[in-house]
Amino acid sequence: MKEIMERGIGVALLVCALMAVPARAQQSAPAQPQTPTTTTAAQEGFVPVDQLPKPQDTIPAPRLVAAAYGFVWVAVLVYVWSIRRRLTTVERELQAVSRRVDSGGRSS
Amino acid sequence: MTFAATVWLITRKDLLIEARSREILYTTIFFAVACVLVFAFGFVREGRAVTDAAAGILWIAIAFSGTLALGRAFERERQNETLRALMLAPVDRPALYVGKLLGVLILLALVEIVLVPLVALMFQAPLFQHIWLMLGLLGGGTLGFAAVGTLFAAMLVRARSRDVLLPLLLYPMTIPVLIAGVRGTAALLQADVDEPMARAWVAMLAFFDVVFITLALWTFEPVMTE
Amino acid sequence: MTNRTFTILAVLAAAMFLYAPFMIVAAPYESTMGLVQKIFYFHAPIGMVMFLSSFVSGIASARYLFGKRASADRAALAAAELTVLFGLIVLVTGPLWARKAWGVWWQWDARLTSALVMWLIFLAYLLLRKYGGPGSDRLAAGVAIFGAANAPFVYWSVNVWRTVHPKTTVVPTLQSGMREPFWFCFVAFVLLYVLLLAMRMGLEHRRAELETLYLETQG
Repeated sequence: MKEIMERGIGVALLVCALMAVPARAQQSAPAQPQTPTTTTAAQEGFVPVDQLPKPQDTIPAPRLVAAAYGFVWVAVLVYVWSIRRRLTTVERELQAVSRRVDSGGRSS
Repeated sequence: MTFAATVWLITRKDLLIEARSREILYTTIFFAVACVLVFAFGFVREGRAVTDAAAGILWIAIAFSGTLALGRAFERERQNETLRALMLAPVDRPALYVGKLLGVLILLALVEIVLVPLVALMFQAPLFQHIWLMLGLLGGGTLGFAAVGTLFAAMLVRARSRDVLLPLLLYPMTIPVLIAGVRGTAALLQADVDEPMARAWVAMLAFFDVVFITLALWTFEPVMTE
Repeated sequence: MTNRTFTILAVLAAAMFLYAPFMIVAAPYESTMGLVQKIFYFHAPIGMVMFLSSFVSGIASARYLFGKRASADRAALAAAELTVLFGLIVLVTGPLWARKAWGVWWQWDARLTSALVMWLIFLAYLLLRKYGGPGSDRLAAGVAIFGAANAPFVYWSVNVWRTVHPKTTVVPTLQSGMREPFWFCFVAFVLLYVLLLAMRMGLEHRRAELETLYLETQG
């Protein structure tokens, strides 16, 4: 068990190290000076900072509305399901205990 | 025995015990000072403490050290089951609550006597310029915090996980007191002092104190009895 | 609550919630916020029901403390749990709306912050009942009473605290076209609340029966 854990940790560390190499390579790639080209900004996907969309506009409204209404339903349904689950546990225990009582249960 | 006599007996007992060892007093004062330091180092701008944070730091220190003092004060009652003995005595139950409350208040007042000048010093905060309003805020705020805290601490004496449950219950419940204390103090410390605002906060604190002390007196007995 | 009453109310609630989307879609768009404002038709009624639930819990707790009726304690616990549930919904749908309306998820808006504080108070109630050991039902009753009484103070202090930092909260003034869906949804959620309360109390009732049965077997 301990060997498996150590091996797992070792693999995880190795993966992290391997992932760090290309990340470092990307970071240290020298920032090429922006040589003027004839391609447009839209083609390069480069947006100057004063033309960034306002934070209000980065997530489309329908997605937020759907998420909100969806969450309401999910929360209510999960709660109802949790009540049902707890109820079945209690019912099961009730049956078990009442069976014990019926079969001449403990009485001192 | 009259209500007042019971209250005085309980408060006197608590103060006498504390005067002999001064354990809770010294440790709470030290903790409050350490709190102020931690926050002063935490809120740093350009390598120096943020003077605007004085109001907030003062009240957080009061809240944290108050919670500590409350826990310790009732821990004493728990150790020898003295609280149960008190509840068995043929006295007015609410008088027990008021007696304990006064004891806690006096303790916190002593802590604040050290804490407030210290904060004024460290943050160059003119806390003493509007002394009456400042006293009103400190008095009203500490009373509100202690009123709720005494009831909760007494309630939790026999409960499990009482150490963590007291702050858990007390902090959300006393948020209005904290807001009032901080905003009122800040109104007095800012460049153009806003006295009407500070007065409004003192009024809210007074209202809060009346409502919650009444509630505590009302619910003390049923909550504490088995 | 009898089975029949429950079924009737459940059918009524289901019908209302099936019809609600039509009313919401038909409601006029709010001028500045557009589509995202429609979250309001669920968010605001749920917020109101949450505060209502905190009062139910407080009042039931008072009846339990002073009347010693076990059913009042079950109501207090159920109402506290529902306060936490509805509070959670308010605290999730609010930021979803805020993200579009104000550009940030959380802005210490007076109402949302008050809801957060009330939510924490009743969450602490549930933690106390779960981890406080025996006798925590009475202690929790005290917490619920204090919590319910605190609601106006929390709201007032947070409100005044916010106005010192002026960030306008966009409170939609209800145009005539918006009033109907809003109140319709409010009634629907009150109905849902009553149903959930009944279900949760039923669970506690069964648990109490189990406890009694256990005590009987001990002789």
